[in-house]
Amino acid sequence: MSQLMTVAKPRRNIELLLLVLALGMGVMANALVNLNLGRTFDKDFYTQAAVLAGLSLAVHITLRFRAKYADPVMLPVVVALNGLGLAVIHRLDIVTGDTAGQRQWLWTGLAVAAAVAVLWLLKDHRILRRFTYISLVLSVLLLLLPLVPGISAGDVNGATVWIKLGPFTFQPGEIAKITLAVFFAGYLSSNRDLILLAGKKIGRLQLPRSRDLGPMVVAWIASVGVLVFQHDLGTSVLFFGLFMVMIYVATSRISWVLIGLVLMAVGGYAAYKIFPHVTRRIDTWIHALDPQVIGATGGSGQVVEGLFGMANGGLLGTGLGEGSPDSVPLANSDMIIASIGEELGLVGLFAVVCLYALFIARGFRAALGTRDSFGKLLAVGLAFAFALQCFVIIGGVTRLIPLTGLTTPFLAAGGSSLLANWIIVALLLKISDAARRPAAPAAKPDDQPRKEVPAS
Amino acid sequence: MNQAIRNSWIVAVALFILLFGSISYVQFFDADSLNANPSNNRQLLKTFCSDRGPILVGGHPIAESVATDSDCKYQRKYNDPLLYAGLTGFFSKYAGQYGLESAMRDELAGTTNEAVFDRISQAFTGTRPQGQSVELTIDPAIQKMAYDMIPDGIAGSIVVMNPKTGAVVAMVSKPSYDTNLMASHDQKSVDTAYAKLVNEPGINLFGSAAYKQTYAPGSVFKLVDTAAALASGKYNKDSVLPNPAALKFPGIDYTLPNYLYGQCDTQDKASFTFALENSCNTPFASIALDLGQDAITAQANKFGFNDKSLSFPDSVTGSRFPGSTATLDKPALARSAIGQQDVSATPLEIAMMTAAIANGGKQMKPNLVQTVRTPDLRTVESLKPQMLRQSTTPEIAQQITDWMVSVVENGIAGAAAVPGVEVAGKTGTAEVGNTGLNNAWFTGFAPANDPQYVVTIMMPNVDVATGAALTSPNASKLFKAVLKK
Repeated sequence: MSQLMTVAKPRRNIELLLLVLALGMGVMANALVNLNLGRTFDKDFYTQAAVLAGLSLAVHITLRFRAKYADPVMLPVVVALNGLGLAVIHRLDIVTGDTAGQRQWLWTGLAVAAAVAVLWLLKDHRILRRFTYISLVLSVLLLLLPLVPGISAGDVNGATVWIKLGPFTFQPGEIAKITLAVFFAGYLSSNRDLILLAGKKIGRLQLPRSRDLGPMVVAWIASVGVLVFQHDLGTSVLFFGLFMVMIYVATSRISWVLIGLVLMAVGGYAAYKIFPHVTRRIDTWIHALDPQVIGATGGSGQVVEGLFGMANGGLLGTGLGEGSPDSVPLANSDMIIASIGEELGLVGLFAVVCLYALFIARGFRAALGTRDSFGKLLAVGLAFAFALQCFVIIGGVTRLIPLTGLTTPFLAAGGSSLLANWIIVALLLKISDAARRPAAPAAKPDDQPRKEVPAS
Repeated sequence: MNQAIRNSWIVAVALFILLFGSISYVQFFDADSLNANPSNNRQLLKTFCSDRGPILVGGHPIAESVATDSDCKYQRKYNDPLLYAGLTGFFSKYAGQYGLESAMRDELAGTTNEAVFDRISQAFTGTRPQGQSVELTIDPAIQKMAYDMIPDGIAGSIVVMNPKTGAVVAMVSKPSYDTNLMASHDQKSVDTAYAKLVNEPGINLFGSAAYKQTYAPGSVFKLVDTAAALASGKYNKDSVLPNPAALKFPGIDYTLPNYLYGQCDTQDKASFTFALENSCNTPFASIALDLGQDAITAQANKFGFNDKSLSFPDSVTGSRFPGSTATLDKPALARSAIGQQDVSATPLEIAMMTAAIANGGKQMKPNLVQTVRTPDLRTVESLKPQMLRQSTTPEIAQQITDWMVSVVENGIAGAAAVPGVEVAGKTGTAEVGNTGLNNAWFTGFAPANDPQYVVTIMMPNVDVATGAALTSPNASKLFKAVLKK
């Protein structure tokens, strides 16, 4: 088993230093918003700076106690993104009169608390492997929740993915992302030998046995189900990508990827032909700049306004508070990337995307470094899903691909997304801790070494 | 497993490279075109409340931005709006932008590439970008005079231009409207005014009817036939043309009658001189039938017909003479050759055609803008006369000029004469459907031996007497005014 070895050093002080920089970024952004929009630094400003610092420190201290060897870059990157998101949402609140900023502060607190809880309570990420099938059941339940009458929030912006509990709305699909990743990591790490060794071979292509196709079929049904019943194109793509990468990493077989791509192509084409909402999405994407498509209800108005905003920002941006990102519908959630592109420019948006890339790189690094296959699969699944989510939403906003309503991790206004992503951060931190910790003297029963099959 | 993780990482990196590419495309490579997209009102939002440059005539602003106390710091204000509405157009948040306000929007907003350096220095000094000023070629006295010549309640357009430079000296059309109504910051009042004006007959909100509206040119189109005839080599100045009282077409129950109000019926053969002086129909119809549709189209195109790309700087509606793709039958060709049926022209196009004859066959690009200046009065752009095309040979232009002089001296455009100056002219009357009303035209230039000014007058939907009273005599007054006689 070839492993990447990292010199085992805790690096918590480096993290603290980077955290100060990250906090500085969030607080400065908020200061600029206040300055440029003619606000004074009131009590709220200082309170918020203190709260953000306190929350970050809470995670940092938890890491010192519970995951001493965790990756030192991840937390500062996430704090920087979360802080910037809060500033931009606050900036939009000022011109629109919304109170999304307050809700976002509340959810940031909750999400960080959840992350701290995960770090504190989950002694070792391998424990999650015991919950493989419970995770499957949980995932199915979570995905079905928005369709249950009574708690369903109904159709919101064209998708049925929300539940409503009293004054709170929540998107269970965000959490399902994690539970599904846990299920697949558990299932694949237990069964990969069977999947790998059985099955017909045609030329260089090793075909899986039909019974081993099970998880792939579950994945396909889940993705298509989300698409059909909840009209949620983005999540559907996300789930499918998550499964594909995990199966590929588990088996190192390109045949699985090919089968997956074929399934996706068939499913995608059928969806385009059968479901009007998918047809409309694709058509408005292709003809987005057609004046009639821009003006139509359900047309390309939103994405085109976003493009106009980003073009208005150009290379250097208008400056925080100096643009008019509020003329884009859903500027603080789906389209927050366009808001950042307009006011911080190409340069600012590149920096944000680099932060995402850095975070994902650290996720992959954790996957490479950790010694157990469950941890590898979970880390790679979460990191890749994260990359895919960035791609789908930023690609959608920049009209690289059709726009789907996925959240922009850590930046967009939305509680469920914050909560889920902070939990993912906690899990990746935990796995990276395992990856960077000095090798344990003896393998635990959970982690019997398995025969590594070389990549074909 | 690690190799597969590395491969997945490569896929993730590829996804991010695509993202960097698409962001660069939107915010850098495609940014200009997105900013210029007609559906994009962000630039407008940005400039609507800012200090745009003025549009000047004779040193006085006819459009300017004045400071206000409201959130929107500046308000666009039009001075003498009725007189200049057709030229300035308007800059409205709620009703769009038209005319020079639209065509010169980058200069007026100070966002042209040339203005970028100014803006960089402004960024350091902290001042807001201020627009450049646009000075027009218009002579305010002539503009006013021309405007007053069109009686209230009657539609009409007048164009005065310099045939050597293409500079437009006056351009008016009636009815007009108050452009300030469109520039208001109050959306309700703009919407109300727009809804009312857009339905008012004769008002063109999108620019002066003199360059946005086309009309049947009637007999002034005979100048095109004449040039085509001489250019073909089949005719010369001594040619004898058939001049029957009516043109008959075998097998069709249709005859084309000669012009009623001259002396055409006195002879059944005619020289060019006689045919033009009396504006006889049948000789020119015969020429067109003889030369064929393509020859007439080719000559019309050389005078600027069928050109949809002209801007001066606002875009000019294309005038039309059908080409061979739309084949006209003989009666239709005959009627088109006398400026009816399938022919239509803007008053500006007729002025440009006349200017080409006046300028030895060289057609100059018309232009309204004399200079563009930065706020510190540096000239960044000034009118450079530009040749559009060679419309005809100098010899043919001279020959037509001689005949046009005789039209004024001996023919039906006599009222356009100016004592002591040789005036070249041609009238036109085009029937408007079966209403009994006509489009009355005069186009001409003076002095004929050294043309300084072209005057084109167009009065749609008038009876013959009104048309005659409002065209040639007014041309004479305008010539006197511009030549200071």
